[in-house]
Amino acid sequence: MSNTDKRRVLTMKVCITSKGDSPESAAENRFGRTPFFVIYDDETGKVIETINNASVNDASGVGPKVVQMLVSKGVNVVITGQVGGNANQGLLTAGIPAYAFGEAETVAEAYAAYKAGTLTRIV
Amino acid sequence: MNIVIASGKGGTGKTMVSVNLAWSISQSYNVHLIDCDAEEPNVHLFFPGERSEQPVTAEVPEVDSEKCTLCGACGEFCRFGAISVLTKSVMIQPHLCHSCGGCQLACPVDAITEVPRKIGMIRQSSPSPSLTVISGILDEGEIAAPEVIKTAKKAGEWDGISVWDGPPGTACPVIETMDGADVCILVTESTPSGLADLKRAASLAKTLGIPRGIVINRSDGEDGPTLAFCKEENIPVIMMIPFDREIAAIHNRGAILSAEKKEWKEKFIQLYEDAIAIAGGNA
Repeated sequence: MSNTDKRRVLTMKVCITSKGDSPESAAENRFGRTPFFVIYDDETGKVIETINNASVNDASGVGPKVVQMLVSKGVNVVITGQVGGNANQGLLTAGIPAYAFGEAETVAEAYAAYKAGTLTRIV
Repeated sequence: MNIVIASGKGGTGKTMVSVNLAWSISQSYNVHLIDCDAEEPNVHLFFPGERSEQPVTAEVPEVDSEKCTLCGACGEFCRFGAISVLTKSVMIQPHLCHSCGGCQLACPVDAITEVPRKIGMIRQSSPSPSLTVISGILDEGEIAAPEVIKTAKKAGEWDGISVWDGPPGTACPVIETMDGADVCILVTESTPSGLADLKRAASLAKTLGIPRGIVINRSDGEDGPTLAFCKEENIPVIMMIPFDREIAAIHNRGAILSAEKKEWKEKFIQLYEDAIAIAGGNA
């Protein structure tokens, strides 16, 4: 394994569904139809990417499409409000755990609660 | 001669008209009655008896994991989320698949083949020597009603007279049912929702280039707005069925009005003749 590969394996990416494109945006309850995804690098605790959800207006099958996209981005953990049946199957198959952000209001608060270990695992 | 029965609104009496029309025609000619309301097929309730069944299947992808490189092309192609390329495997959710075959074309290494999956069935019976009844039945929770409808119509395809009992609505299942019809009989009721949905169904038949006639069911004599629409659109009203307790009672116990009331057999034969005239040809 090369050094680059090692680094990629070691980097944990935490993805939070969001109503906007910043950590101060409100966390979004829906998984597949969230407007944005905010991705943290869990080593540094910094936001490394925000993704505009291209599947948000698709007619059907949004959950699995979003899971595939997150897999391609190397996401390891998802934090959201709730997850539908098709997406649930996708996350399970991909081996990506999902947590409910619960009382947290903003994306940053959701991430802090995840780090504090107070979130409930839903997938 | 293919006669399709549609309405837009549900519960206006499509099956009642279909069953009576087909039964009345069958007293003089051979007829195929096809139940295309695959999500809620009810025609068979009027014709109890022996029937044969055969499954309807849809093609869904299967991935050869030996050949698959997890490149992601199939998942990116699929609009329906039915095939997703994940960390170590390809996940297929067959109930989301529309059987378009695109994933197979998108795969650069020919790792995808199509395999059949049961989505419903076709039920066939012959209540009399001159009447064949074929029902398309979609399994619960399935989405591909048009495939079942297409198969039912194919099973009953012939040069003679067919009556196609359509589903409510104006989307894919209705469009599939109307496809290939020579004339469309729109069954409506004189209520605001009956008229609103009639307008949509009438517009759909017009778009598909199918000549139209209208049956007003459960008429209480206050049909002004519906008649005005028919006049405006130049669609002939070819039957009025009154809001009548005896008619309702006969239908509601699963009996066929035309078989019990001679005058209704004659009216439905007239409906058939008017439908032929609207179609602009001979049977």
